Amino acid sequence: MTASQPAKITPTSTALAEAYWEGCRQGELRLQQCDSCERHQFYPRVLCTHCGGDALSWRAVSGRGLVASFTVVRRGISKAYPAPYVVALIDLEEGPRMMSNIIVDDPQQVAVGSAVSVTFQPWGGDHVLPVFELARVDS
Amino acid sequence: MANPGEALRGKVAIVGAADTEVGVLPGRTPMELCVEAALAAIEDAGLKRTDVDGLLTCNAMAQPLMYHAEAMAEYMQIFPRYCLSVGAGGGTTFSVVHHAASAIVTGMADVVVIAMGDSLRSSLTRDQAMQVQASTGHPQFEQPYGATVPAYYALIAQAHMAEYGTTPEQLAGIAVACRQHAARNPAAQMRELITVEDVLASRLIADPLHLLDCSLVSDGGSAIVLCSAERAADLRHDPVYLLGAGEGHTHEHISAAHSLTTSAAREAGQRAYAMAGLQPTDMDFAQLYDCFTPTVLVELEDLGFCDKGEGGAFVDSGALGPGGALPVNTHGGLLSHCHPGNPGSMFALTESVWQLRHAAGERQVENARCGLVHAQGGIMSSHTALILSREVA
Repeated sequence: MTASQPAKITPTSTALAEAYWEGCRQGELRLQQCDSCERHQFYPRVLCTHCGGDALSWRAVSGRGLVASFTVVRRGISKAYPAPYVVALIDLEEGPRMMSNIIVDDPQQVAVGSAVSVTFQPWGGDHVLPVFELARVDS
Repeated sequence: MANPGEALRGKVAIVGAADTEVGVLPGRTPMELCVEAALAAIEDAGLKRTDVDGLLTCNAMAQPLMYHAEAMAEYMQIFPRYCLSVGAGGGTTFSVVHHAASAIVTGMADVVVIAMGDSLRSSLTRDQAMQVQASTGHPQFEQPYGATVPAYYALIAQAHMAEYGTTPEQLAGIAVACRQHAARNPAAQMRELITVEDVLASRLIADPLHLLDCSLVSDGGSAIVLCSAERAADLRHDPVYLLGAGEGHTHEHISAAHSLTTSAAREAGQRAYAMAGLQPTDMDFAQLYDCFTPTVLVELEDLGFCDKGEGGAFVDSGALGPGGALPVNTHGGLLSHCHPGNPGSMFALTESVWQLRHAAGERQVENARCGLVHAQGGIMSSHTALILSREVA
């Protein structure tokens, strides 16, 4: 029965971040970009952390990045998270850094500096989260 | 530039210090541990409960209270004119010391007790403990990915290894040194000597951290008493003076840290050294926040005990252990003495008091004159460094 399955932790929702989550549901990673200095930022805020500007627009981004650091969690945080799994910090091509999972059969394949690209996973309810995969060598 | 801490330097002293028994203490509430430690610290100072007019505490995870400090004052039936509980995670302990010092120097309180206690080991269920872990991190953009607390710190270790070639053996060396100190401390929870091989053979928790790279889970309470340097001169023990204090804050969530391998311990240390007019080489010991081994590695570098990237080699030199160039965590630290949560750093503070009174028994650092204590809260987020000395000059 679905009701008895352990649930993953789902993100709290805020009106400001709704464009981000809607993008995920549509298979698109979106970041805020400052209308003044044109730099991207993550997580979403009411100000640009670079220039202090308050005019920010949502833009779809490449979804490509590099692994800044990672760990293989050997003891999962709950039954909804079967270990081992990879938690990583990803430096996106557009500048910002974000936390995510890297979905990979063999965690030994992940290294600091590995190229990754975004994909999307259902997370329970109507939640869809961005996760990453190792970029194909030929891409 | 004027020294921003000049008004505080050497003006306040720690005059009383006490720990409860630590480890596994079933049936003791955090409040009981807090009060027991406070009463013992007041007794140690040669003062009376009714002399206390300032009280600083932090909340307990196993017994959260909306008004923690007020509840403790009520329990003890003291009626302070300066009273609050503070929450800066593991960094709380040392940040409240300079708040207390400011209150004493400005006349808002004369005798301040700082007391903390918790019973993470005996009063939290396994599920509650995992829940505490799950609530670390940004609730929108980190928590859903299932990082445990060790996993957050493993991100720092992995980055340091990639950037500077640090090895799991060097991280393990930190745990080994803390255990060597704990072996000389009858109060420590874990006293059996361990080797680098033991650490590496313990199970992986979050790569590259093994079980023995992680701190203990404990029950315990600890307290200190502070007053002005003038008043301290008439009390029972040699005063331990606050010479330097500094904080540094760069982020709350690790994904928002501007660097994974350099922390705000650097700014905290620079501010504390400047206020004290001292250098890292003046420190006879250091008590460094060791919730996981990589924190000590980064702190050794950021606090100026070795160059950036050289933390692993510094550990290999044997400096951290008993009799080393810089004994670190002379009581055994969170890794081997005890870690009851936010109160954890209190034990580094009381240990420093005993070291500077030259009353640390078998583990006494010879002729200890001056020591640095450092703690951080969050994930290398919120840093405070203090410099303590048995001499004002």
